[in-house]
Amino acid sequence: MKLFLKQSNKILKANSKTMKQLLEKNEKEILLEDRSILTSPLQRRSFLQFAGVSVAGIALVAAGCKKDKNDTPIQTGVTLDFKDDFGVLNYAYALEQLEAAFYIKVASAPPSAFTPAEKAYFQDIQFHEIAHREYLKKALGTAAVGSLEVDFSSINFADKASVLGAAKAFEDLGVAAYNGAGKRLTTPAYLLAAGKIVSVEARHAAYIRDLITPGSFAANDVIDANGLDKAFTPTQVLAAAGMYIKTKINVVGLTA
Amino acid sequence: MNIVNILEEIEKVDGEVYERLNPRRAAMKSFVNMGKKVSLAAVPLALGSMFQKAYGQTLPTAVKDVLNFALTLEYLEYHFYNHAVLAAPGLLSGAALTAISTIRDHELAHVNLLKGALGATDARPALAYTDFDFTAGGTFGDVYTNYNTFLAVAQAFEDTGVRAYKGQAGVLKGLDVLTTALQIHSVEARHAAHIRTMRGQKPWITLGAGGVANDTGIAAVDAVYAGENEEMQTGVTITGIATGVTKAAAVESFDEPLDKAKVLVIAGLFIR
Repeated sequence: MKLFLKQSNKILKANSKTMKQLLEKNEKEILLEDRSILTSPLQRRSFLQFAGVSVAGIALVAAGCKKDKNDTPIQTGVTLDFKDDFGVLNYAYALEQLEAAFYIKVASAPPSAFTPAEKAYFQDIQFHEIAHREYLKKALGTAAVGSLEVDFSSINFADKASVLGAAKAFEDLGVAAYNGAGKRLTTPAYLLAAGKIVSVEARHAAYIRDLITPGSFAANDVIDANGLDKAFTPTQVLAAAGMYIKTKINVVGLTA
Repeated sequence: MNIVNILEEIEKVDGEVYERLNPRRAAMKSFVNMGKKVSLAAVPLALGSMFQKAYGQTLPTAVKDVLNFALTLEYLEYHFYNHAVLAAPGLLSGAALTAISTIRDHELAHVNLLKGALGATDARPALAYTDFDFTAGGTFGDVYTNYNTFLAVAQAFEDTGVRAYKGQAGVLKGLDVLTTALQIHSVEARHAAHIRTMRGQKPWITLGAGGVANDTGIAAVDAVYAGENEEMQTGVTITGIATGVTKAAAVESFDEPLDKAKVLVIAGLFIR
């Protein structure tokens, strides 16, 4: 319902200047999408979102896009198609691949400044992320996307602060990603499974935040005045995760 | 821009749209009349307000029940912590006082948020501190004088809260309010993790000694952890799914839900 209204609003956005005064929240979302056009590898889909075409109009505009010689072909990399639950689970699978790869690297050679307890807990987290990754892979079966190639060149694995900073980024982002994606799931069992995973990610986030700054497990940079954690759209999440992923991720089927 | 097209599109996803709008005939009529007079640009605003009228105050009963259930738990948590912060001399100081105050503030925000979402008519009657007995009839008699007892009860509340929200996700499936519930749910998990570390436990729920579900070592909270030692997820066995994924790791990796009835039995121990 809200989703549809958003689209209706966007139709008019294209048609009328005065739409700018409408619904500040929608404006923000549109702005985010504007920005994503510049950064996302997926120009074509972003264009569709930006244009905000109605459900009925998508085919028409898509047909128009086919004639666009500047259109980037989306044949390489991994495609997340949000048309159904498998798309959402593959999105989670991609994020879990990223997290697992990070913790495997940390656990295999922790920064020398890690205490024995920290080493042990990072081992634990490593196995949690591996379990999440493998669970999603099995649940997806033949629908699972391939393995992602990661890029951790921005992380200094010998430096405790660098490792904790990256871990915090991954965990807070993971929580926001699952929180934002829950609504897209239509199969109760998968929604529940995602819920079972996200609270474990939140526990990781709290633990790592406390390691960086004691007592910051739910600080107000991540929890708002209503006591709510963040919830991000896949577009927001993939933009943030992009710097750690070499494999091109194509996103289709995202209607909101 | 054609209002009829929009209604038809909505009907595809919500077959009851006309029914929803029908009781609001006056709103609909004024909208149609206005549509003749105002410019095209103003229409979405009018549409937004019309649909808010149709949907805004008509949460399905099942959703209201979930929100009121959550509200009960948030009242319980808020009063538990608020009393510890304000009226339990010597119980908390330093970092512990700061952390518990932060958590108290979140629980109050959740109370207000849920009350607001339900509205004055549908929200359950408010609960006061005096409506609760945080000693659970004497089981935790020194809850406000013994730091360890206090933390044990706090941990039980937070881990229960996480399970309770998770257990209601299915009822909220596909709704905007699901996102809000998930945003509360992960905050409760952050609280739980912090309190567990304050007690010297792992931030995540692990396998209890001898393979039992309760990893706290406190038998009085067995009901809080019932079923947490699950190692199967949607038909997939997690134990051994990859090298190093022991049963303990499998249990830690997935938090389990708890159904409403079981949560209410636990909460009921603390409600007068």
